Amino acid sequence: MNASALTVWLIPVPPLLSAAVILLFTFRSRWLSHTVALTAIGISLVLGWSVVFGALGTPHFADHPLASSIDWLPTGNTALRMGVAVDPLTVVMLFFVPLACALIILYSVGYSNFGKALDAHDAVGSPPHNGVEPMYTRFFAFLSLFSGAMLLLVVADNLLLLFFGWEIMGLCSYLLIGFWHGRNYADPHQTTPRQAAVKAFLTTRLADVVMLLGIAYLYSETGTLNFREIFFNPELMEKLLATPSYISGLAAAHLIGLLLFSGTVGKSAQFPLHTWLPDAMEGPTPVSAMIHAAAMVSAGVYMVIRVFPLLAAGAAHGGSPVLAVMTVVGSFTALFAATIAVAQNDVKKVLAYSTISQLGFMITALGIGAYIAAAFHLMTHAFFKALLFLGSGSIIHGMEHGAHHTHEHIDPQDMRNMGGLAARMPVTYMTFLIGGLSLAGFPFVTAGFWSKDEILADALAHGHTTVLVVLLLAAFLTAFYTMRQISLTFWGAPRTESAAHAHESAWTMTLPLVVLAFFAVTAGYVGVHHEFPVLGHLLGENPFEHFLMGSLPAELDGFSFSWTPVMLSVFVGLGGLLAGWLVYGRRPLGAGAADPVQVALGPVHTLLGNKYYLDEFYQAAFVGPAKWISAVFVSRIVDRGIIDGLLHSLARLALGIGSGTVLFEKWGVNYVPDQLADGVQATGDRSRFVQTGQVQTYLLGVVVAVLAMTAALLIAAR
Amino acid sequence: MSFPLLSAITFTPVTVGMLLLLFPADRHTEIRITALAGATLTLFLSIWAYVSYDISLAGYQFVERLNWVPALGISYYVGVDGLSLPMVLLTGIVIFTGVLISWKIDDRPREFFAFLFLLATGVFGVFVALDLFHLFFFYEIAVFPMYLLIAIWGWKVSREYAAMKLTLYLFIGSVVAVVGALAMYFAAGMNTFDMLALQNANFPADFQRFWFPFIFFGFAVLAGIFPFHNWSPEGHVAAPTAVSMFHAGVLMKLGAFAALRVGVMLLPAGAHYWMPWIVFLALINIVYGAFVAMMQRDLKYVIGFSSVSHMGLVTMGVASLTPLGITGAGLQMFSHGAMTALFFACVGMIYDQAHTRDIPSLGGFGAKMPLVAVAFIIGGLVSMGMPGFSGFIAEQPIFMGVWAAGQTTSQYYLGQQYAWIDLVAVIAIAITAAYILRAVHQVFFTKLPAEFEHHVGDVTVLDKVALVVLVGVLLALGWFPAWMAPLVASSAANVMTILQGAAG
Repeated sequence: MNASALTVWLIPVPPLLSAAVILLFTFRSRWLSHTVALTAIGISLVLGWSVVFGALGTPHFADHPLASSIDWLPTGNTALRMGVAVDPLTVVMLFFVPLACALIILYSVGYSNFGKALDAHDAVGSPPHNGVEPMYTRFFAFLSLFSGAMLLLVVADNLLLLFFGWEIMGLCSYLLIGFWHGRNYADPHQTTPRQAAVKAFLTTRLADVVMLLGIAYLYSETGTLNFREIFFNPELMEKLLATPSYISGLAAAHLIGLLLFSGTVGKSAQFPLHTWLPDAMEGPTPVSAMIHAAAMVSAGVYMVIRVFPLLAAGAAHGGSPVLAVMTVVGSFTALFAATIAVAQNDVKKVLAYSTISQLGFMITALGIGAYIAAAFHLMTHAFFKALLFLGSGSIIHGMEHGAHHTHEHIDPQDMRNMGGLAARMPVTYMTFLIGGLSLAGFPFVTAGFWSKDEILADALAHGHTTVLVVLLLAAFLTAFYTMRQISLTFWGAPRTESAAHAHESAWTMTLPLVVLAFFAVTAGYVGVHHEFPVLGHLLGENPFEHFLMGSLPAELDGFSFSWTPVMLSVFVGLGGLLAGWLVYGRRPLGAGAADPVQVALGPVHTLLGNKYYLDEFYQAAFVGPAKWISAVFVSRIVDRGIIDGLLHSLARLALGIGSGTVLFEKWGVNYVPDQLADGVQATGDRSRFVQTGQVQTYLLGVVVAVLAMTAALLIAAR
Repeated sequence: MSFPLLSAITFTPVTVGMLLLLFPADRHTEIRITALAGATLTLFLSIWAYVSYDISLAGYQFVERLNWVPALGISYYVGVDGLSLPMVLLTGIVIFTGVLISWKIDDRPREFFAFLFLLATGVFGVFVALDLFHLFFFYEIAVFPMYLLIAIWGWKVSREYAAMKLTLYLFIGSVVAVVGALAMYFAAGMNTFDMLALQNANFPADFQRFWFPFIFFGFAVLAGIFPFHNWSPEGHVAAPTAVSMFHAGVLMKLGAFAALRVGVMLLPAGAHYWMPWIVFLALINIVYGAFVAMMQRDLKYVIGFSSVSHMGLVTMGVASLTPLGITGAGLQMFSHGAMTALFFACVGMIYDQAHTRDIPSLGGFGAKMPLVAVAFIIGGLVSMGMPGFSGFIAEQPIFMGVWAAGQTTSQYYLGQQYAWIDLVAVIAIAITAAYILRAVHQVFFTKLPAEFEHHVGDVTVLDKVALVVLVGVLLALGWFPAWMAPLVASSAANVMTILQGAAG
């Protein structure tokens, strides 16, 4: 194992270790705990970036990636090997994951009110009012574990180790979404953090086990789970494509692909398993940033990019059904979630649905074969969405401060209670604006524009017109709700006293915003199409694509530059922003005024606001019946009723047979002997009087007998 | 002749048990210390056997053989392979931790420990047996003390019913198996109960098909196979903590182990014929157990039914008749044994202080007994099959094995459905998360009810030692399966050789 391979092994170790150190040793000291967590992720960042820049400096890095593995679980003739590998795709992930994680952990220091005294009113398991978070050190331990798991997933060279990281993240999401497990709301219908945590865990877990089956299938077909050993082995891929699967008409490769993709549907919150993600907003805001930008949802997309050759197997000849499914699911989710986002009032919920929508863009990109565009959008999205989440956390923090100051009882996350925050929180405002414009795809400047444009251009170039239209609609709505969010939050006059008294957050919170804002703009310049006039040449002929090309064996259809998609992108981006400005920005919403879109859409808005009532449907269609089966059918009817009933009937039958035997014994077996015995006894009884004990009587009897016998003899002799 | 290690392991517990009976009944401390010493010695011996087994040779090792009843071909014949050795180690761990957490038993501890040790001897005897008669002999020894332990020291509400139910089920099961064993004995005509000899008896296929269910189901009753699982949760609930640990941790494995050792290995052609049905029954176990567990209010019923569900995985792994599946089943027996022992230990500690196991009336114990909370959560993660914990290491090969088996069993209707069976089984494992999380949250994280505020405190040091030992085992297997997996795999390969011999 050479030094650079060792470095790769070490990347996920510090955060994983720091989680244990904090939980076991430093949990008494807040300062020490966050220092440990920050140092650990800092080391990972340095190690990760040393690998990243080493790889960037290596010509033709894709042809000889870093790899190292050990025997881990011998099973029969083969052994599962565990190892790490760094190829260009991993390099991309290693560039933004540790950076985003480090910034989120730094942000959490300020977010958890470090430096303030513990508020006597705060209880463990509830959000702090104005004091330091009561479970401060635990929070950093969980965040560290989360980061470590994501890094483990990124450097894994096989699906099994990837799954390790995948599941540890699932566990962390449970722990962190439900971090304020003691929190309850006055409204019994509002999802509590605990319910949200269980929902997130169960939903993703359900998808994970299906994915696990895909892993099992892949292993039983190929005998290995190593990415390169499978995807860079054309014979094996041929075999997977040629082998029929259990489902007729579907090749093994495609069934495996569908099973694996199920994992992504859960983890990256695609329709129909997306419902956990908006509820996951119940967690503290750094957690939302972690889940929705840096780690968990990115992991889902990363995994499908990783196994893309499998999903795309046979695409060149007659198409791949997996890709078709992905295109449909992705594009539908992109539009579906965008429509819901328009009608949300919670500042974090808007971002949640926007995340689902943007992930839909990435899945669609993969579905139409543009894996580089997907990776590109994954990276830019991680930056601007982390920025937006952290920004929203800063807004909420400011609002909570205002609410604490004014003793107002308002929901500090409801955008209708905000307004005019631009002047009060200038750094948050500027950075949020940058992030928002990047999300909306503000042309030529922001990263989001370039990455989204690449997906749209690809769809157009390869003739996926329906996909293009759906995505354009979604992009338009994205720009619209982003502008709505910015207007409602920052512009106009404050609509509540709390908003009027909001103030800027601490430097530990604003510094990460500034850093992320920088990348939310610049990260796009690495992936500008090489034929783009002036810029393409100036920015190094699309270095992103060049670097990434070859990390997967799948052939990518290049396409030449065309102005049409660019103009479409510009048009929907600016158009959406303009529409948003016309509705919300030009005439800021007054305090207590109704949302103009709500007024215009009426019942449709109610439908959107209630997320198409999908949660209610799932409750009625799945959760309710499952509870019934559990409580009534199997527990009461089958177990207590049928099985125990049969058992007890058998027992009664046995008892009955026993009693019958007793009766038979009494009347059948014993009757004759008993009668005999009784008869003997009765005879005895009746003849007892003879035995008087008087010799005279006996003698009399003898005399009578002798006389009688003599008489008898005399008669006989005659 | 080398040191008779397996005999030492088998008879150390019963010797200690007899020794305990010599103590005056009121010398509780001395009795406990002697019991702990005996359990430690047993654990030490089983670890010794585990580490000195030579994996490169594989096969049966530490073999001892003495004539018992030569006229009938009965011998005292012991030896361990890669399937039984982890079970021996597990039994050592469970007896050690079981004694630790039974420290507080005040009602006739002398008799309690004596019976517990007798139980251990019976269990060891079965795991190391290579002679069929020997196996049955110890099998009955293991069942008998269970009755007394539950009926005397159990939960007052249901102990008599549960003890009776358990004993009847198990005796009827073993009687059915005995009939099958005698059929084999006479059919082979070799005048021997030697299982290694009977493996080569070449029973006709018809014979195997007819008698296989007798043997398999006779033993599988003890593994809690549906619909004969019903005694098990009832028994768990009624049993005192250490006995629950033994019951779920080791005793249920006895059934699965014997079903594999006697059923599959002696009647391989019968196994081939019946297996799709058994895979299907195992699926019912998995799904059914999970669903019943979901809505239980009594914490012990939750764990009891989760055992029914997880033992279904063992059966499923065995029934897949693939090297992966059998390896997974072996690992799952070990992993599940340590996991349920941990669960029942935790539940026992909670019950000792709260005097209730009703989940809705518990709460806030995480703050009062943090280590128990951590241990319970780790147990939960194991049972959910999270990577990094032993459950994943065990369950993953089982799912792989069943999937792989589906490609070779297409001559049977059920054999064609293995992929769906596998899918439903993994989803049922996901349901596990629902009931575990519910229990964890309610018991450890909600507000502590006022009545527990003062009389609930942390657990003793001995309890903590027991928890740490069990958690350590689960984590060690989760991260470094290489210390056990190759061992089990070597024996799974042996089983496969036998099975292929029957198929070919």
